Amino acid sequence: MELDPLLLSRLQFAFVVSFHALFPVFTIGLASFIAFLEFRAWQTGDALYTRISKFWIKIFAVVFGMGVVSGIVMSFQFGTNWSVFSYATANFLGPVLSYEVITAFFLEAAFLGVLLFGRDRVPQGMHVFAAMMVALGTFISSFWILVANSWMQTPAGVEMVDGIFHVTSWGQAIFNDSFWPRFFHMGLASLLTAGFVVAGVSAYYLLRNKHVEMNRKALGTTMWILLFAAPAQLVVGDIHGLNTFEHQPTKVAAMEGTWETQRGAPFLLFAIPDSANETNHFEIGLPNMASLVLTHELDGEVPGLKEVPAEERPPVGITFWSFRIMLAIGFVMIGFALWSAWLRYRGNLFESERFLKGLTWMIPTPFVAVLAGWFVTETGRAPWLVYEIMDHATGLTPSLTGGMALFSLLGYIAVYAVVFTAGVYYIVRIVRKGPEPDHPVQEPQHAKRPLSAADTPFNDYPAADARS
Amino acid sequence: MVDITLVWVVIIAVGLVGYVLMDGFDLGVGILFPFAPGEQSRDIMMNSVAPVWDGNETWLILGGAGLLAAFPLVYSVFLPALYIGVFLMLAGLIFRGVAFEFRFKASSAKSRRGWNASFAIGSMVAAFAQGAVVGAYIQGFQMDGLNYAGTALDWLTPFTVLTGLGLMAGYALLGATWLILKTEGETQAFAYRVTPWLLGAVLVVFGLVSAITPFIDAKVMERWMGTFEILWILPALALLAAWQILRSVRRRHEGLPFVSTIALFIFTFLGLIVSKWPYVVPPDYTFWDAASSPDAQLFILIGALFIIPIILGYTAWTYWVFRGKVTADAGYH
Repeated sequence: MELDPLLLSRLQFAFVVSFHALFPVFTIGLASFIAFLEFRAWQTGDALYTRISKFWIKIFAVVFGMGVVSGIVMSFQFGTNWSVFSYATANFLGPVLSYEVITAFFLEAAFLGVLLFGRDRVPQGMHVFAAMMVALGTFISSFWILVANSWMQTPAGVEMVDGIFHVTSWGQAIFNDSFWPRFFHMGLASLLTAGFVVAGVSAYYLLRNKHVEMNRKALGTTMWILLFAAPAQLVVGDIHGLNTFEHQPTKVAAMEGTWETQRGAPFLLFAIPDSANETNHFEIGLPNMASLVLTHELDGEVPGLKEVPAEERPPVGITFWSFRIMLAIGFVMIGFALWSAWLRYRGNLFESERFLKGLTWMIPTPFVAVLAGWFVTETGRAPWLVYEIMDHATGLTPSLTGGMALFSLLGYIAVYAVVFTAGVYYIVRIVRKGPEPDHPVQEPQHAKRPLSAADTPFNDYPAADARS
Repeated sequence: MVDITLVWVVIIAVGLVGYVLMDGFDLGVGILFPFAPGEQSRDIMMNSVAPVWDGNETWLILGGAGLLAAFPLVYSVFLPALYIGVFLMLAGLIFRGVAFEFRFKASSAKSRRGWNASFAIGSMVAAFAQGAVVGAYIQGFQMDGLNYAGTALDWLTPFTVLTGLGLMAGYALLGATWLILKTEGETQAFAYRVTPWLLGAVLVVFGLVSAITPFIDAKVMERWMGTFEILWILPALALLAAWQILRSVRRRHEGLPFVSTIALFIFTFLGLIVSKWPYVVPPDYTFWDAASSPDAQLFILIGALFIIPIILGYTAWTYWVFRGKVTADAGYH
């Protein structure tokens, strides 16, 4: 069988970027949560906030470190597999991606060290400020990354001369048409991710009656945040969807599984899209609902996939189902947020075993939702790399062979399997060990780098097992 | 009118030297790791580079993004041409980085041995791949217009294997002289012992590469045999630095071997630059051909001029905080 370097390169990019995305999406939200805790501790003098923060800073450190390691690959992948694309877009994407690295650098150099190791060495106000700057920095980093991605979805502010993009307006290129909805959608997704992880871990402790006071406070605070963030995401997601509907109607057609342009289009709850025969099997739909959501009219017109030639359509099945997975998880999240409000009203937020158990099961779901969302937006714009200007095949490295691409794909899978296993195993250890003992973080004998802030041993000390 | 491209040449060149010197000695320590006189010595070796190694990897990310922004042709030719090598380098660096962290947290001898091996092998592979990149640059690239047109393993030739092994020896030399500076007792004795051998290996490769390069690239021959006789001062200074390493090791100086090794690297690097100048994607494309548009270079220059002093200050501060000898009891445990 002939190995297709294009398909393999796309798989590799999807794999590497999905893997990488898991870490920043969590750290961005967690950084804000930590900043909030530090601020509250400073404001109220309540030591419980500090204890919660100390515990989560350890986890933050490990996840941040893994994000940096997996990020190294990202900055080389554009060149190795997508050299034509890189060269053509370098005038814009080069500076944008460099600014992202510069932000991360600045953050690490100036504030991360103070946040991780400076608690007992700088005034509390300065420590709080450092925590806020770290949180702000993670958002600035995501700002640049989403600028790059949005520009590829809705290119603006450039002209193409001899196959190379030249920037005519940096303002238009940076704040392109789809930037703001994407930025807010992703920002809320980060908060939801961190929120559900914190809630789930707190529930885990409460179910075992460990560190009860601290985790009640953590859970109580987090559920307030989620009560606002989860429904807000529905609104922002809708705005983002309408933005996509305006600029990339083909993507929306794939998300909705709509083949024919039609008025009063149903929202499909279930279908098996069949690209070869340009139809769906086993459709179950809510009549007129897709039209209502997209046009805010019951019989509004929704363009179908057949508006564009078959070779310009994205893979429908992946886009369609990823969208539904994301949406379903979003609604479950809202359900948990409302459930928490009800329990709080009844006064047994911390006692309902069913609720707490449910929350521990929710821990992986925000990650699934985020990846599903990215799958929607990334497969949904296929075959375009730069929307309606450059397609995947054109952007691919010409000298790349299927064998080379397969080699590196398998290689990255192997490398990441080891890194990911070690990292997750270690985070689980930190959670198992819990926030005790509460000794001050020692002056690290080596780097003031993220992972040093976590002092849990990688393997079991014999005594640790006896406890659990 | 300032030539922004020239400014970027200087930034990238200085950044590259900085990366090679700073990541060089800690990769070198990784290469020497399996040959260390004992497990306690390994602890000390790792502790000697622990405070500083991770900043270097961020340099590498900045280098990748910076090349895309300032010299996109370099980015879009070197990476495809060195596809397999780049993968090996990244895999090596990742393994090494993870090993670094988790070795300190490992409490069983078995998992520690695993992380030891990851650290050493990762360091060796990354060093070799970087050396091969230098060789591939000297060889030049087979191009079709602005695209690389060669095959997957063009970069792997006897010549690039030579440069790969040469850089491994060079990094190990940096690592050994770093250990002379930072350690004492049996670890330092070990470093003193291996330094002359590593220097010998470096000089052999240095000689071979210098002898072969003019025959690979006629322009290099012309440059050195032409009118610029003043250039010969660079190899002369490099050899002087090499002699100084040997002399200072014999006299058991502690700082001078490392400083002299840095000098050896810098003169060799300058020799390489003047050999190939102004070509950055040999044989045909110069720095100016490879540059991005002036407004893009200017836009990112603003950010670079902001961040570079901060990075330098932060790096200097880290070295200052962790100055002095690393001793056995200053370990992590």
